[in-house]
Amino acid sequence: MGSIFQIILHRLALGLVTLLIVSMVIFVAVNALPGDFAQAILGQGATDEAVTQIRADLGLDQNYFLRYFGWLGNVLTGNLGISFAQMNFASGMGGDQVSLVGVAEQIAPRFRATMFLAGVTAMIAVPISITLGILAALYRNSLFDRTVNIATLSSISSPEFFLAYILILLLAVLNPVFPSLSNVYEGMALGEKLNRTMLPALTLTLVVTAHMMRMTRAAIINLLASPYIEMARLKGISPMRVIVRHALPNALAPIINVIALNLAYLITGVVVVEVVFVYPGIGQLFVDSVKIRDIPVVQACCLIFAAAYILLNLIADILSILSNPRLRHPK
Amino acid sequence: MSWWIYLILILTTTGAVAWVFRFAGQQLTENRPFYRDMPFVIAFGYVFGGVVLVGAMIYYLQSTDKNGVPAAGVIFFRWAVQGFVGFAIAAYLFRLFGRYVGTAGTRKLFGSMPLTAAFGVLVIIIYAAVSIFAGAIAPHGQEEILAGSNIVPGGNPLLGGNPEFPLGTDQIGRDIYSRLIYGAQNTVGIAFATTCLAFFVGGSLGFLASILGGWIDQLLSRAVDVLMAIPALIFALLLMTIASVWSNQLGIDRTIFMILIIAMIDSTRVYRLSRAVGQNIVVMDYIEAAKLRGEGMGYLIFKEILPNALAPLLAEFGLRFCFVFLTIASLSFLGVGIQPPLADWGTMVKDLSQFINFAAFAPNVATAPLLAAGAIALLTVAVNFVVDWMLHKSSGLKD
Repeated sequence: MGSIFQIILHRLALGLVTLLIVSMVIFVAVNALPGDFAQAILGQGATDEAVTQIRADLGLDQNYFLRYFGWLGNVLTGNLGISFAQMNFASGMGGDQVSLVGVAEQIAPRFRATMFLAGVTAMIAVPISITLGILAALYRNSLFDRTVNIATLSSISSPEFFLAYILILLLAVLNPVFPSLSNVYEGMALGEKLNRTMLPALTLTLVVTAHMMRMTRAAIINLLASPYIEMARLKGISPMRVIVRHALPNALAPIINVIALNLAYLITGVVVVEVVFVYPGIGQLFVDSVKIRDIPVVQACCLIFAAAYILLNLIADILSILSNPRLRHPK
Repeated sequence: MSWWIYLILILTTTGAVAWVFRFAGQQLTENRPFYRDMPFVIAFGYVFGGVVLVGAMIYYLQSTDKNGVPAAGVIFFRWAVQGFVGFAIAAYLFRLFGRYVGTAGTRKLFGSMPLTAAFGVLVIIIYAAVSIFAGAIAPHGQEEILAGSNIVPGGNPLLGGNPEFPLGTDQIGRDIYSRLIYGAQNTVGIAFATTCLAFFVGGSLGFLASILGGWIDQLLSRAVDVLMAIPALIFALLLMTIASVWSNQLGIDRTIFMILIIAMIDSTRVYRLSRAVGQNIVVMDYIEAAKLRGEGMGYLIFKEILPNALAPLLAEFGLRFCFVFLTIASLSFLGVGIQPPLADWGTMVKDLSQFINFAAFAPNVATAPLLAAGAIALLTVAVNFVVDWMLHKSSGLKD
């Protein structure tokens, strides 16, 4: 077991280093702004002394190196700063009397909402895509396989908002089954919440199912040429049983890998879908902040997205190592 | 609650018919292997497909509801079916045309082409033609503000349309039909330029890294690893935030920043591929010979490596183009991409999207945003079909 632990530890360390460098890239990108935060907060009509005041408040007069580690330290302790919109509001109200909500508190409920959406999507998409993949492998090159192939290729290559509007047209406008605005909030009854989440979840399902299904099909078909499958077939086992009992366990590694990668895609790909359905998730907050150039929020969202992406890629990596018996039982 | 009773009824009836279908097939053809070895599931699939087809046909042909007008759902369904069948026929004719006209090479190519790929090639040709000749085809200018805003599509004056504007006008009175045509020029053109730039940068650096190796290779590869760890759309949005501040201060158009940013993000993916392909080529003897002849780096990259790496790079170009195209459309849809006076499909979808809510009682009104979104989807689907076929052909897979 020693070597596998070593590999996993190695991967974990690599992931951490990547995250650290990514945070550095984000910091550098944000700080490459002409002028600085202080001017960005105050806008056109900034007086010099107000700019100096805010610059001192934010510690912008220190050098880059100190600021980066200060920021990193704050992020690690859960302090993501205060959004410009809040600060603007505070300075408009006359300074210190207003209690400010930090970016972390702003993001937390949004993040939970996005995770809920991704979870619902995964629960719909994973069973469907694995079933479709197995069926397509079983009846490969048949009419069914080709239809599924064309349908998934079309859905994977359409923009998310096209699929979203088609679903709105079909399921919200023409046949009012689900609401087209998913204004969920915390503390809503689960059934109602699911009902309102269904359209964004279905859109995302259409987006990710294709990839997972195609990988499942390819992984199983790859294995079907191996001698032990031939043997199983010669024993007279039914084709379904050959695939489910003999091929599927060995195809699990690539399938698990692609599922984890698609979950990573889900967490980052929700941006457009959340905007279409006005779903109060982190993607919506991110886009709104991008539009008003609210840099602390953009920075924090970007970091969270990158962390989630790296983490899920890492999990995909580790799971595919764990599901490989040759690595699990070294000689 | 009664719908699931219907569902069970339909499924059991279909099952029974499927059994009869197989049994009849076995009896009538004296146990031909096709029917003899047919599992029940497959018979069920055939019959179920037939039931769905017949159902669709009945739905398509139902003339009116109680008011004398077809329901909105039926109208949309008819449009979808007409579009699908129309494109299928066009693709078939195009393939037939390609099989008998042209040089021996193209005829052979069309001979082995599946219908989906023919459809893809046809659509790509149409898009290219429209985007090149947009100025000549479009009846109005893209920024031209005409009489009357919010004219309903359809051109029927009784329903608030105007025959002069077959697809109506938008909120400030610009002709949607012309803007759709110019959208081909702007959206597709910008995406194409971005992809070319990404390929030039990523490809050159990738080949360079594979030839030189050593610390340059290490440095570039690690930098690319880090950049690829940030999800593409998120990174693009972050950089666009910063670029919007820059463009205000420097007075440079935001679209140029967008091209550079997306090309940068995409060139990392191209770099990966071209480095991997390049490494396989660099070890060949003819590269060694060229090096001994004293050829320069430019010759090695463009005359020795590039021609041998063209096939995988071309397939990648198609996929990358789709990706870039979708990223630009998404950015525009989110309001930070191509900027307003230029006609662009993503922005059009965003601006016109609320009309979808009127689809139930005025199907015409809802077509404009769907056409813009559909124009994006059609091109990406077409490119993907062609790439899928190319990959299938070059891998020699038969399964």
